[in-house]
Amino acid sequence: MSHAASHAVLDPVFAQPFPQAALPVLRNPQLRKNVAHAIDVIQAKRAKLVAEKTDWKELRDAASEIRAHALENLGEYLEQFETNCTAAGGTVHWARDAAEARRIIADILRQENAKEVIKIKTMTSTEIQLNPALEALGVSVYETDLAEIILQLGGDEPSHIVVPALHVNRSQVREIFARRMGIKDLSDDPHALTAAARNYLRQKFLTIPTAIGGANFLIAETGAVAVVESEGNGRMCLTLPRTMITLAGIEKVLPRLADLEVMLQVLARSATGERMNPYTSLWTGVTAGDGPQSFHVVLLDNGRSPMLRHKVERQTLKCIRCAACINACPVYRQTGGHAYGSVYPGPIGAILTPQLMHLEHAQSLPYASSLCGACYEVCPVKINIPEVLIELRAQVTDRERKEAERFFDPLYLGLRAANLIFSRAWLFTMAQWWGRLGLRFFTRKDGWIHSLPGVGGRWTMTRDLRGLPDQTFRQWWAARAKEAR
Amino acid sequence: MRASLFITCYNDTLYPETGRAVVRLLERLGVEVEFNPGQTCCGQMHANTGFRGEAFSQAKRTIRLYRDAETVVIPSSSCVAMIRDQYPGLIDELGNAALRREFEALLPRIYELSEFLIDRLGVEDVGAYFPHRVTYHASCHGLRALHLGNRPERLLARVRGLEQAPLPNLDRCCGFGGTFSVKNAEVSSAMMAVKLQDVLATGAEYCTALDNSCLMHLGGAMHRQFAGMKTIHMAQILASTESVPAEAFA
Repeated sequence: MSHAASHAVLDPVFAQPFPQAALPVLRNPQLRKNVAHAIDVIQAKRAKLVAEKTDWKELRDAASEIRAHALENLGEYLEQFETNCTAAGGTVHWARDAAEARRIIADILRQENAKEVIKIKTMTSTEIQLNPALEALGVSVYETDLAEIILQLGGDEPSHIVVPALHVNRSQVREIFARRMGIKDLSDDPHALTAAARNYLRQKFLTIPTAIGGANFLIAETGAVAVVESEGNGRMCLTLPRTMITLAGIEKVLPRLADLEVMLQVLARSATGERMNPYTSLWTGVTAGDGPQSFHVVLLDNGRSPMLRHKVERQTLKCIRCAACINACPVYRQTGGHAYGSVYPGPIGAILTPQLMHLEHAQSLPYASSLCGACYEVCPVKINIPEVLIELRAQVTDRERKEAERFFDPLYLGLRAANLIFSRAWLFTMAQWWGRLGLRFFTRKDGWIHSLPGVGGRWTMTRDLRGLPDQTFRQWWAARAKEAR
Repeated sequence: MRASLFITCYNDTLYPETGRAVVRLLERLGVEVEFNPGQTCCGQMHANTGFRGEAFSQAKRTIRLYRDAETVVIPSSSCVAMIRDQYPGLIDELGNAALRREFEALLPRIYELSEFLIDRLGVEDVGAYFPHRVTYHASCHGLRALHLGNRPERLLARVRGLEQAPLPNLDRCCGFGGTFSVKNAEVSSAMMAVKLQDVLATGAEYCTALDNSCLMHLGGAMHRQFAGMKTIHMAQILASTESVPAEAFA
């Protein structure tokens, strides 16, 4: 992105409200084109592969039920995972929040005397802002996922959870690689770009003995961790290093190994529009003489457990991070990911981020949706995102009611007044009369309103409004009834 | 058959011609239309903006108002979706068992206009005449909440003289979204611009829908941009005949 260098770390605490944060993107036609093109391609692939699956409805029901069941018994399954992972030679750590998770990981690195780490793509590590924290401790962090390399070398931030560099086009990648890898005559041919990344990575894989990754799923029954990926960089990180640290949200647990049969089918189709992702790695603890000999799992809460308490909000944690909702979202299609000010953008980000922040931040995100429902329709685990958005809007409004300055907000006053008006038909009839009178002042000769003050001006910014007709429907009905008599 | 018309607050105020068309259409089909003057708003605007308590009081009012109606016809998909999808949650949270019973008794008698025509009356050919090229915009609520499917297109297909111009990317939102259109006015406008491109490219004379809210958005933009296309609620097309064309009751 053109303003990549000036881009602050994605942090909901400091992010601008969504409407303002979206403005630079709306004024950047190249960026909007990159985003729209990329998601249109993924969407079309997904639609084709979902359509070929005759039992998609049943698969989706099964995936939804597996996730719901896991969450209803989360404590039990997490303990089961801990027992089995520990028995297999892994070490399980519990992190209440981001700071504790960072501290645990820093301590492990200190014990291992690790000054460098390689990383598999993990959005959870971006959630806890791990990279800057490790760099501050003098640890050099090397991302190994192609998109993450592009972002790391370009000083940029992810704008999508599956395709993090979706907003960057080929020629921008060429520029970043040429500059940061010191390659003078690099072409923007995809083969040349991947070859450059491969050279850069090979040396890291062969020399750095410590890796950090995330988890797509944790299997309670066996204590296994599953990672799915497309490039094989994850497989390298899971086999070559001496030490492996997995950071995973507590919601990632599945009861049984057999549950993967369902989850892997819906995940690959929903995420990348593939029948199966190229690399699926499963490992259980430590195996002597094979792969990392020191294995740690950090289980992260960071605002997740409060979501479990309520039926509506709990759905959020069913998410398997496929990004189908993001790709289907007409809002994201216009704004891209950075406008959400969080590592989790799009519809899932609009419900997940404010909850992770205990609604202390990111309160504008539940409103960053037209409630069109496209997200719910494509979600492979049936998260009713519009329902959660509306629930969060209600919570935000309930909080704001307590704030005095709310009473100067014209939209708030308007909605309060409207509620009174709607409580009595005669008040409504009177309001219609006053409304017509008031708007007549703004109605031009052509019968249309071209400009309004205040909140109305947000409408007339790009749209005209037909002036109010002389007769409301109820007046017409009354007149007609009178005539009939 | 008797049908109580819930015209909805914004149709009542902004688009009375849609209501007049529904009355004309239903009466032509032999339905006795009633209008309860106590009606105001279903509560959607408040619910979707986070004003749960207010939305509930309007929901309660609406349920009580139509308690004795044989059927209720609503020419607005999003208001029907509000009743079907959001009333249960509001009642769970703020209501009681009595209200829930009343609501459950009412629910099966509530119809969106195209549902009423096809599912309840069993007619597709409503005897309409509208000699124009028309593109149909599927509102998100009609498409994904009510699952109207091809009901609207089937009704249009039987209108004499009407030529349908299919709209590409039919499932994409126009960007209205109620208060979203002012809270996130810039994003809403960007979404509208994308939709409008598709709509205008159909070369139709009219863009129709079963929601005046989308049409207010698209029509407002068309007027601003001097685009030579008009918007019209589908009720007005279906009410239109050779002897009494849509303009006569507009």
